[in-house]
Amino acid sequence: MRRVVDAFLVTLLCTATAALTGCSRSEPRQQLGSATVYGTVPAGDHAVAAPAASPADDGNWVMPGKDYAATRFSALNQVTPANVSKLALSFTFSTATSHGYEAPPLVVNGTMYLITPFPNYLYALDLTKPGAPTKWVFKPKPLAASQGVACCDTVNRGAVYDAGKIFFNTLDGQTIAVDANSGQQVWRTQLGDIQKGETITMAPLVAGGKVLVGNSGGEMGVRGWIAALDEGSGKLAWRAFNTGPDKDVLIGPRFKPFYPMDQGKDLGVRTWPPEAWKIGGGTVWGWLSYDPETKLVYYGVGNPGPWNPDQRPGDNKWTTGVFARDIDTGQAAWFYQTTPHDLFDHDDINEIILADIPWNGQRRPVLFRPARAGFFYVQDRRTGQVLSAAPFGYVNGYKGVDLKTGMIIPNPEKATHAGRVVRDICPASPGMKDWNPSAFSPLTGLVYIPHNNLCMDYGAMQANYISGTPYVGADVKMYAGPGGNRGAFTAWDPIHQKKVWEIPEDLPVWSPALVTAGGVVFYGTMDGWFKAVDARTGKQLWRFKAGSGIIGQPISYRGPDGRQYVAVVAGVGGWAGAIVSAQMDPRDPTGALGFANAMKDLPQKSTAGGILYVFTLAR
Amino acid sequence: MSSPWRVSLVAIGLAALALAGCNREERHSRSKPIGETVPAGTSPDTIWPGGTVAQTADPRARLYDNNAPAIAAGQQLYTQMNCVGCHSHGGGGMGPALMDDQWRYGGRIDQIATTIAEGRPNGMPSWRSKLTEDQIWKLAAYVRSLSGQPSKDAVASRAESMSSTTPQTLTPREPAHTSDTAAQ
Repeated sequence: MRRVVDAFLVTLLCTATAALTGCSRSEPRQQLGSATVYGTVPAGDHAVAAPAASPADDGNWVMPGKDYAATRFSALNQVTPANVSKLALSFTFSTATSHGYEAPPLVVNGTMYLITPFPNYLYALDLTKPGAPTKWVFKPKPLAASQGVACCDTVNRGAVYDAGKIFFNTLDGQTIAVDANSGQQVWRTQLGDIQKGETITMAPLVAGGKVLVGNSGGEMGVRGWIAALDEGSGKLAWRAFNTGPDKDVLIGPRFKPFYPMDQGKDLGVRTWPPEAWKIGGGTVWGWLSYDPETKLVYYGVGNPGPWNPDQRPGDNKWTTGVFARDIDTGQAAWFYQTTPHDLFDHDDINEIILADIPWNGQRRPVLFRPARAGFFYVQDRRTGQVLSAAPFGYVNGYKGVDLKTGMIIPNPEKATHAGRVVRDICPASPGMKDWNPSAFSPLTGLVYIPHNNLCMDYGAMQANYISGTPYVGADVKMYAGPGGNRGAFTAWDPIHQKKVWEIPEDLPVWSPALVTAGGVVFYGTMDGWFKAVDARTGKQLWRFKAGSGIIGQPISYRGPDGRQYVAVVAGVGGWAGAIVSAQMDPRDPTGALGFANAMKDLPQKSTAGGILYVFTLAR
Repeated sequence: MSSPWRVSLVAIGLAALALAGCNREERHSRSKPIGETVPAGTSPDTIWPGGTVAQTADPRARLYDNNAPAIAAGQQLYTQMNCVGCHSHGGGGMGPALMDDQWRYGGRIDQIATTIAEGRPNGMPSWRSKLTEDQIWKLAAYVRSLSGQPSKDAVASRAESMSSTTPQTLTPREPAHTSDTAAQ
């Protein structure tokens, strides 16, 4: 009898195992760190960068996005898949900071500039001398208290060079212009108010004689805005709020949103409960792009506050969407709301790549937006019309995008509400991808997307507004999505809306990407590997272990000696890495707004500290 | 309206005037705004030039420390006053972790009360004008409990929050590091 039972159990077990195996995805088994190829680089006519926004590469790197089209594409081609394994360290530099380093180095005619996280030191290094000694350092001395109102580590996403000056923002809400040669301050303008919870972490965009800056603080009940300062004097030219009456939002006769959902008077007031728009978020802490041909600046708007959606019934305009504005006047040209009445903190602030694509037999000027909600949007940049929106990872928080109405299709099962915990929402709050920008190669026509694979449990509750303190109202717990890998690096064909290859990564990929004309893609991991992979196949070609996790933006430049260099600053932190940089206690799953639960092992895999690494081919 | 009614209305009006004339400063509410009475804590430092100075804890510390109702009230304030937004349920985020055994400004209840009342320069706001003295001590009692210092019979057996943080009755008791001199 005993034997019979045993045999039965064995059979049962085998059947169960077989069933489980059968349930697994039919895709090839993915291996962490190595690429799975899903297709080939499309032949023939493909996407190219918007010509007016992507001038010829002069070997410098003057703004985080490389150009106004935000391609992060270097036309240098000395480094190729054939020789990249000979990349060797040229020099290093300690930034003397220990918080998340999200900025790129800038290179202008033989000088490299570094902007650090708080306290926002600006270094100038002399690339013409051996070892790149420091030329000067500018210390802006931001208020120490600003560290207490910065939601997700005290980061800075970059400085910008233009016409002899370096422009950058400080955590306590100032925009500063410094003479690029002498390191002396030219002007400084106070824009944000930390008493209201406003900080500034974004990199400004300098174009058309204006310096464009937006605030952070979507978790603090601020009212989001974008401001334009005169490039020469620092004086305020215009400021547009992203909530409130049309006159504050700079919505006038020129405003022509494509879809009915975004049309109407004073929607920035009428899509909120009374007065809620005054503390409703809608910040501009991410990326701006600019088309010199139409003089339109494009930017995404952050989350509505608080995270508890029941405190803000309505569409919550103009949060979690994209604005196109005239750079001279700030007047809005169009708006598209990606996620009306955001339920998951899916800020829409990610990079906006300007490209021209063949579409139904015509060339269309478009923008590419790998969005936090998990869809890769291709939109006509003249009108905002959505041409396609395909998921580039696993999404269950939404059911898709209706291309007729432009509206995202919600999944009622995953709707968050006060007083209940909704489980297994994908993607989690940081989205399928967060702030860290993709790179676009006009040679392959592919977009290289560093991103997350995270899901979450979300428990919303009443939040109290007390100025200068968090206004959140949610307990969140994040964890790895399907497959168990927390991140991925994906090469995406934006025209055919599909993956060409993908590298699953153990940790969320929180570093931006760089792609070069030599056909090499660079990105970093949070445990400190700086990787070079083949732009066509994703095959890993070279890697280097840095002293801290990498979340900084890699760049490539031509040195004074005519050689191609690749540079990146390591320094783990940011929202994903705050568990290390803020020395958090991993026993609390809700730490760092729930990100800590997904990153419990990071303290064993990386320590904090900012270090610049510069590589070139060994002779 | 009858005349007795009118008389009583006049009487009430007179009484109100008389009350208004009273010296309001002498009327103590149950929990009066703390004004200048906090800081309560002694220095978190451990070096005293010229020799050790005896550290005596604030007498109010005894009333709140290890006091179950105070810890429970503090737990509610911790959410209502948005402490949770920065420090999470003890793990930290915008602000430092509170459940570990490291205290930058001292882990004694009076030292924690001082930190809450006065704020700290790297981002901790000063709550002295927003909370009453009693509220600050209760909050301090709860914050101290996050790092497992009070005895288990004083802490809550379930978390206030919806997400499953470990109940404090199940977390290990751990001594506070740095300047917990009064406990020695």
